[in-house]
Amino acid sequence: MSQTADKQPVLAADGTPLKQALDAALFRNRMRAFMLVLPLLLFLFVTFIIPIGIFLSFGIHDPVFSKFMPKTSAVLSDWDTTSEPTEDMYAALVADMVVARKDKTIGRAATRVNRELSGTRSLFTSSARKAAKLEAPFKESLVAVKKQWADPEVWKAMKVASRSWTLGYYANALDYKQVADGSFEPQPENRQIHVPLLVKTLWISLQVTLYCLILGYPIAYLMSNLPARTSNLLMILVLLPFWTSILVRTTAWIAMLQSQGVLNDLFVLFGVTDDDNRYSMIYNKLGTLIAMTHILLPFMVLPLYSVMRGIPPSYVRAAKSMGATNWTAFSRIYAPQTIPGIGAGAILVFIVAIGYYITPALVGGQDGQMISNVIAFHMKSSLNWSLAAALGGVLLVVVMTLYWIYDRVVGIDNMKLG
Amino acid sequence: MSLPIYAGWGERLWYYTFRVICGLIFLFLITPIIIVIPLSFNVEPYFSFTSGMLSLDPDAFSLRWYKDIFTNGMANPDATTGWWADSWNNAQWLRSMRNSFFIGICATIISTSIGTLAAVGLSRSEMPYKNQIMALLISPMIVPLVITAAGAFKAFSMLGLAYTYTGLILAHAVLGTPFVIITVTATLVGFDQSLVRAAQSMGATPFRTFFKVQMPLILPGVISGALFAFITSFDEVVVVIQLAAAEQRTIPRQMFSGIREQISPTILAVATILVMISIALLATLEMIRRRSERLRGLSPS
Repeated sequence: MSQTADKQPVLAADGTPLKQALDAALFRNRMRAFMLVLPLLLFLFVTFIIPIGIFLSFGIHDPVFSKFMPKTSAVLSDWDTTSEPTEDMYAALVADMVVARKDKTIGRAATRVNRELSGTRSLFTSSARKAAKLEAPFKESLVAVKKQWADPEVWKAMKVASRSWTLGYYANALDYKQVADGSFEPQPENRQIHVPLLVKTLWISLQVTLYCLILGYPIAYLMSNLPARTSNLLMILVLLPFWTSILVRTTAWIAMLQSQGVLNDLFVLFGVTDDDNRYSMIYNKLGTLIAMTHILLPFMVLPLYSVMRGIPPSYVRAAKSMGATNWTAFSRIYAPQTIPGIGAGAILVFIVAIGYYITPALVGGQDGQMISNVIAFHMKSSLNWSLAAALGGVLLVVVMTLYWIYDRVVGIDNMKLG
Repeated sequence: MSLPIYAGWGERLWYYTFRVICGLIFLFLITPIIIVIPLSFNVEPYFSFTSGMLSLDPDAFSLRWYKDIFTNGMANPDATTGWWADSWNNAQWLRSMRNSFFIGICATIISTSIGTLAAVGLSRSEMPYKNQIMALLISPMIVPLVITAAGAFKAFSMLGLAYTYTGLILAHAVLGTPFVIITVTATLVGFDQSLVRAAQSMGATPFRTFFKVQMPLILPGVISGALFAFITSFDEVVVVIQLAAAEQRTIPRQMFSGIREQISPTILAVATILVMISIALLATLEMIRRRSERLRGLSPS
């Protein structure tokens, strides 16, 4: 190539440098592909990602107390939590209580403080009723109404509640407690419920995954080694449960397992147990385990089957021809090749199991409840959305970590259905 | 995997034991689904077989729970005129069935159309940040439903969409899109991109190329994605619990409260109908699979 040609850029037909024209064309192509995905991305943002963000924000933002008790919150932010509460603080509290009682918001503010120190709800509501008639000095008059007002613990609880941006709920979700000066300390032993709950959820999910693997591996192996016609027929037995409503399957398990159910009737008939000692197999952890294993088994069988189908039978034959026993050929040659399928199935089952709600809610009884059930309880019954959001945040972190591992190990584009 | 003639007795024993074990696992899979069918014809209000049913006494069977589907909640079940209209408008199960189909079909249309479009974009080699975007688009399938439901409830309340059909349809459409993406991208893996270029070189507009060239070839994937999206919505209950008023109750929601509150074999009758629906969907899917195998020139298996 000559010296001049090196300096002169190659030009496209319209006179622009070729590199630039090519870049522009590639960019246009990329944009065109991106435009096809854009509607779904926007849809997902509006109806899925932003809503979840809003929900999770409740876990760190709870403005109830500072909104309804603004004066108290203002003076509390200057309080050092160790000195005696001042007359100013009492005056602000009484002024807020008068307004909150009139606006009927005192109950909500009281509920917020009650979460930090139980027993304070009635203290607030009953004192607020008399607040309008109180006169200065407010400290004496308020303590005269309820002597608990002299207790610095009540004020510390209010100080914690008055922070509208707080990590207190996440601390609670991990069995810690935020104290008035902003530091964290472990919850008392008898109130540590959330970490054991998370551990129980993980343990149930792990057991379900293991049972699915134990039950799924043999049938996936059988189906992948049978002629296509037979294995397709057997596949129907796997796919029919997969396509049947979870509610139907849960109902079916109630009919099977309850004390007057099909299995217990059979046990009585065959003399395994007598009529008065029927087994309780449902409305407890056992019921959750059986029903969830049944529901999630197809998620294990399908990836295993698709991996096993791709393993050439000649490898095992070669091993045997060189003198390997059946067991050696299976454990040293066949089984290692199925590990991608085991990984894909196990992670998928584990991810789905961890967030399970319906089956534990219906057949779990007391000890079969999982973290999703407790989240739902806080949203619907105790109306503590902030704690629900913090627990949800913890659950989401666990699930997203597993999802990331799944992407690393299996790859999302390798996910197959049916 | 037939037994070779030189197999020893140990091998024979294991061969048959293994088949028996597999048989038991298949039994575990299918029994609960089959068992609801005879139980739904029980004349007694129990979830178990009566001695009359076991001895096949015709009096022990009845259709009363199927009748209950049509009459439960009616204003006047004994009326002679306007019975069907009354049933159609007031029977709880029929209403929830209508809701389920309405919400399911609308959600399926939304998720299939934008999901297919996105899958076509994702399978182009020029697509930037393909893996990250794919991971994002599949996430509605992974995120626990309780969290999705809570988010939808909070956000839709702000927009005034909580307790409306629109809110439910949008929430269900989101849940269906991952399935459409997965099935359609799977069909697009074998798609020959030069067909698109050929069409364009002959002057077809992108619109025409998509509908006349690409769409017919990926149709099986689109249909099975749509079926998955439909069954997802049809079977979904967690979001419905959070987002629906009594008026928008779907079948799973009705079953959920039925199991919790007043357990009656009507649930088993509904379950039987749902099993029939899933058999029909499964058969459709299998037909599509065979057809596409035939079209691709593979021998049907």
